[in-house]
Amino acid sequence: MAAVLESLLREELSVAAAVRWIARSAQSSEDDPREAAALSSLRPLRKEFVPFLLNFLREQSSRVLPQGPPTPAKAPGSSTGLPGRSGGPPRGGRGARNQLFPPIEASSATAADAPSARRGGRRRGPGPARERGRGPGGLEEGVSGECLPWAGGRRPRSSGSPSSPSLARSDPPNLSNLEEFPPVGSVPPGSAGTKPSRRINPTPVSEERSLSKPKTCFTSPPISCVPSSQSSVLDTSPWGHGLPSGCRSLQEEREMLRKERSKQLQQSPTPACPTLEPGSPHPSRTGHLTAQPADPARVSSRHRLELVALVYSSCIADSLESPLFQSVHDCVFFAVQVLEHQFHVLSHLDKGTLKLLAENERLLCFSPALQGRLRAAYEGSVAKVSLAMPPSAQAVSFQPETDNRANFSSDRAFHTFKKQRDVFYEVLREWEDRHEEPGWDFEKGLGSRIRAMMGQLSAACSHSHFVRLFQKQLLQMCQSPGGAGGTVLGEAPDVLNMLGADKLGRLRRLQERLVAPQSSGGPCPPPTFPGCQGFFRDFILCASSFQFNQHLMDSLSLKIRELNSLALPQPEPSDEDGESDVDWQGERRQFAVVLLSLRLLAKFLGFVAFLPYRGPEPPPTRELQDSILSLRSQVPPVLDVRALLQQGLRARRAVLTVPWLVEFLSLADHIVPMLDYYRSIFTLLLHLHRSLVLSKESEGEMCFLNKLLLLAVLGWLFQIPTVPEDLFFLEEGQLDVFEVDTVASEHGLDSMPVVDQQLLYTCCPYIGELRKLLASWVSGSSGRSGGLVRKITPTTTTGLGAQPPQTTQGLQAQLAQAFFHNQPPSLRRTVEFVAERIGSNCVKHIKATLVAELVRQAESLLQEQLVTQGQEGGDPAQLLEILCSQLCPHGAQALTQGREFCQKKSPGAVRALLPEETPAAVLSSAENIAVSLATEKACAWLSANITALIRREVKAAVSRTLRAQGPEPAARGERRGCSRACEHHAPLPSHLISEIKDVLSLAVGPRDPEEGVAPEYLEQLLGQLGQMLRCRQFLCPPAEQHLAKCSVELASLLVADQIPILGPPAQHQLERGQARRLLLMLLSLWKDDFQVPVPLQLLLRPRNVALLADTRPREWDLLLFLLRELVEKGLMRRMEIEACLGSLHETQWPGDFSEELATLFNLFLAEPHVPEHQLRACELVQPNRGTVLAQS
Amino acid sequence: MILTKAQYDEIAQCLVSVPPTRQSLRKLKQRFPSQSQATLLSIFSQEYQKHIKRTHAKHHTSEAIESYYQRYLNGVRENGAAPVLLQLANEVDYAPSLMARIILERFLQEHEEAPPSKSVINSMLRDPSQIPDGVLANQVYQCIVNDCCYGPLVDCIKHAIGHEHEVLLRDLLLEKNLSFLDEDQLRARGYDKTPDFILQVPVAVEGHIIHWIESKASFGDECSHHAYLHDQFWSYWNRFGPGLVIYWYGFIQELDCNRERGILLHACFPTDIVTLCHSVA
Repeated sequence: MAAVLESLLREELSVAAAVRWIARSAQSSEDDPREAAALSSLRPLRKEFVPFLLNFLREQSSRVLPQGPPTPAKAPGSSTGLPGRSGGPPRGGRGARNQLFPPIEASSATAADAPSARRGGRRRGPGPARERGRGPGGLEEGVSGECLPWAGGRRPRSSGSPSSPSLARSDPPNLSNLEEFPPVGSVPPGSAGTKPSRRINPTPVSEERSLSKPKTCFTSPPISCVPSSQSSVLDTSPWGHGLPSGCRSLQEEREMLRKERSKQLQQSPTPACPTLEPGSPHPSRTGHLTAQPADPARVSSRHRLELVALVYSSCIADSLESPLFQSVHDCVFFAVQVLEHQFHVLSHLDKGTLKLLAENERLLCFSPALQGRLRAAYEGSVAKVSLAMPPSAQAVSFQPETDNRANFSSDRAFHTFKKQRDVFYEVLREWEDRHEEPGWDFEKGLGSRIRAMMGQLSAACSHSHFVRLFQKQLLQMCQSPGGAGGTVLGEAPDVLNMLGADKLGRLRRLQERLVAPQSSGGPCPPPTFPGCQGFFRDFILCASSFQFNQHLMDSLSLKIRELNSLALPQPEPSDEDGESDVDWQGERRQFAVVLLSLRLLAKFLGFVAFLPYRGPEPPPTRELQDSILSLRSQVPPVLDVRALLQQGLRARRAVLTVPWLVEFLSLADHIVPMLDYYRSIFTLLLHLHRSLVLSKESEGEMCFLNKLLLLAVLGWLFQIPTVPEDLFFLEEGQLDVFEVDTVASEHGLDSMPVVDQQLLYTCCPYIGELRKLLASWVSGSSGRSGGLVRKITPTTTTGLGAQPPQTTQGLQAQLAQAFFHNQPPSLRRTVEFVAERIGSNCVKHIKATLVAELVRQAESLLQEQLVTQGQEGGDPAQLLEILCSQLCPHGAQALTQGREFCQKKSPGAVRALLPEETPAAVLSSAENIAVSLATEKACAWLSANITALIRREVKAAVSRTLRAQGPEPAARGERRGCSRACEHHAPLPSHLISEIKDVLSLAVGPRDPEEGVAPEYLEQLLGQLGQMLRCRQFLCPPAEQHLAKCSVELASLLVADQIPILGPPAQHQLERGQARRLLLMLLSLWKDDFQVPVPLQLLLRPRNVALLADTRPREWDLLLFLLRELVEKGLMRRMEIEACLGSLHETQWPGDFSEELATLFNLFLAEPHVPEHQLRACELVQPNRGTVLAQS
Repeated sequence: MILTKAQYDEIAQCLVSVPPTRQSLRKLKQRFPSQSQATLLSIFSQEYQKHIKRTHAKHHTSEAIESYYQRYLNGVRENGAAPVLLQLANEVDYAPSLMARIILERFLQEHEEAPPSKSVINSMLRDPSQIPDGVLANQVYQCIVNDCCYGPLVDCIKHAIGHEHEVLLRDLLLEKNLSFLDEDQLRARGYDKTPDFILQVPVAVEGHIIHWIESKASFGDECSHHAYLHDQFWSYWNRFGPGLVIYWYGFIQELDCNRERGILLHACFPTDIVTLCHSVA
């Protein structure tokens, strides 16, 4: 290893040759024979060179920048990669990848080691000791790592951390000790201890850190939630609940601490931090980062640094799996060199990063030329990366087409699902509210509720409904990382934008929060479920339902297939001006939405599919592994991702397929990469990775940003602990198995600029680390906190839209295809969109017109049927059959009407949507195609479904009619409303019921002596009742029924003279005339105003008649008057009354009362027809009523 | 009538162990002349219902039922015209209508062969003249007309009030030219949960997006509001997004805490409705 580097540095070897040597084992004709000879002897070491180089750089720089972030070391997978070999440090396997350094190098952990002595010796070299202390937070740290697959990016360091006393530096840094070298993403621990070799760290509140022994970690900060081998607490559940929030909060806390400290430091020039160890010789190092700038004039061994930088850069540029320092000057020099070589990549970063880079003082100092190029790139850049909207949970809206009763097997299933939807959102809301609370636990808080809910999903159909809801909600909430979701109820955010000012407060808060740099978990974070995704992950885990998981996998697979094959924009002949730009933004947005959706779905598919196999550790022995492998190789993959990948590569859609495939594979378990099926995928991906050379750009090649995206996601995938590193060092023979045709034979997505910086940063948040690092440099260096302006542009998600229907075969279809071929894609989309919508509208229109008319016919036929067959009308099923047989044939009209509709509606829509300037011939063709597509769509649906639809609607109408026929006939029939002029000022029905109830309760008692009703009040009340009954605006049938009943009760009380009247104590009864007037009012209400049947027979029920028994002397004339009026007004028939009176005899009465009753009966019978004038006769008998009755 | 929690508690404090009669209501109105009668009645009714829910079980033990029935029988044997059942209810601090139901059920058990069905009981309570025993019929009727918190008449009044406010709200929506789908239309389309009105085009009220409006002709106290949230409002939110609830008789101010989340409370029809403008920019 060192020999190669030595040769390079001695210039015996050209950089180009070295890189070629690294990249290919075979010799190339370009190689100088002398160089080839030098290298061929080293051939077995070839695959170890890159890790060596990386480690070398890291080691070199880390001495100068001792608390620089540890960059993970690469270890060549020379061994079998099988862990569990007894004795000796684990080489190869995952164990090694979890360490910063291979154990051989990492033996520096012991202070007495030779390497450390060597380092210590060199340390005392030219660089003054105090400069070493200046280190924290410098840009210089950011370039020595290889974590980003193509560039370095580092988490900002604490600008003012008083850690790392200079004494500590006399000891060799133990780079594998996380406490001394906290990984990227965490803040270096605080104050120094008395022992020079140890720093005292704040105890992190993380379960993983509960043990004090140093932890090793490869890709990620220890406080993030990797399913690492150390996390024994997570054994039962590899993605343990609750951890994410805890982890985050610790990081946030540290972040806050860091900010607070830097604030303090900026405020006071003399740092008076209590944490600063007393007697520190270099208080200034806690000060501004720029206090002592790196100086280009002080760079030692410039030429050698340049060479190494070139090798490093070449490695990056050729996408090889990843990447002499004596002072910080050297580091900065090296960094700037590398940046210069990588300018091409840098120039594609977002505007914000470019600005920060261009404004960086060190960069200006070391390479004004690069600074100039960066500034130019910044000024020319339009790549603003905006931040997504914060996640705000919105619900999946209820869609009758898929969600109403007709979509369920039974009422029970429908209602169960209704409840489940509510429980699901209840759980989601609770999670939103509480998941960040310390001590809150998903399983404890929600587990049992979730499982109870899942338990109710008995029917398979309910599972699919729930899975649809789950998946939709997932897509709505989590399309971008961090859970920042797009829109949910479609139009809502647009409305928001249009309405303007509201929500600005929220956006402002968001802005404030986001201006502070946040870490996405280091430059190479492990796969996590950030933000809302955590909810869905934990839900799946908690539900632990086999059926749910299966349905979910089915549904996710289906959706992935659907989206993956979605016809995305076809290449548009690049027009000269902005017209296509406008279209392109739409295309890009659509691509981004599809890509992000796919990634999310694939991630969850991977999660669920590999969940049963996932464990914290790979199998301990080879025997076990072999048996697992032979078992697992029997299991077909959940989704044939290999075929999809191959298709994607062939169709030049890698830019769409690979990113989601990476997400899927990132959740694979340890065994997956060893399975032949998946191994071939990894190999394919590796080959793809090597074939993507950023510096090569030719006609028809993949666009730069597309390439960058693929490199970034693939590089990230290859760093994940479950991916065995021996994959990276495969011999060519294995790679050649798959031919990836990277020559652009035809246009595909890959060669179209579908990826922009926004999408790149969204998919690979770790790329943003560079910007965050630079931003924190800016804020830490000079207090120019205003230097960073972030645009917050709420992004809206456009609907994915169904895939346009496939056109039919035939020449016409071919012609139509050909027609579109040379037209802008927007034309095709317009036509397809119009056809799709018009077709759909046509079906709705037919439903609302033709079908509705048939239903009306059905109703009237049914009414006839009921009239002829009597109330029952016969068996409903039979009735339905009769009706359907009469009506369904009319369904044939639907096709004719549908055609007419499409013919009429489509052309106008196409015309409105296409540019005014569209040539007439093009326009008319477009219209015709739209008409035929719409007709085809509508008629296909109608011919298949119209009969069933009519049947369903008629069935509903029949049951509706039969129900209405039933117990509440009163509710039917035309209601007489009030006139147009009515202003609805009548008292409310509820008020009148309440008032009449009070009168009734007074009459029935008990009552206080002073309580009573004024006769005028009663008249007024009945007047109001009449008004209200005539207005009817607020009246509902139940209220009217109760009022009718109460009015009859009131009449009974009037007849029995039981209403307590206010007035002098002697006169507690109504005058006869008043009573009669009131009864007449009631009679008129019953006759003219009530529209429900009035239960007049109540008047002659024993209970009401008995009221008369209580009064003494008994007064029968009012009753007789009332009965006669009832007959007179046609409210009751004589026969009815006679029947009622007759049945009164069945009741036990006091003797005299029975007699009087019998007399009344006779009196009533005696006067078959009572004209108006005879009423007076009745009044005349009043004084000696008793006698009259007795006589007759 | 939006009350603070403290104001509400003051009123609720006065309602402890007050029988649900018209006399009690009269006194309450005198005690809080500044509050609207409807609000007071609504609060009274809800507080009383809470009280009944708490004590319901103890009145339904077989011992309790037996003892009430015996007391009733003794009472009417002494004087069938006296308000025996009503007084019994007041004495044991139970709703008269519910006491009537207990006694009626017990009576029918004794006099009928099969145990009475719920619908038979309900029908007799609605129309006591169907009760075979004249004395009991009068006693039951007396309970029902004197109970201002329970019973078929009170149920009908509550239903009517609810309906009236829905009509009122519909008129206001029509007046404001806001197109909507009402509950019946929604049901006809197969919606599983149906607010009173879904706006076909959302509006904004006090800066909050409103997709649906629910009318509640009652006072929004903690207990009922939480029940409504769970059974209705969140369900609406789950399907249709944020919305507005109008508690026509007011509510406890502190309950209006889910505005950001998408549930806005009002005590009347909002005046500052912002609609989507279709002006061409």
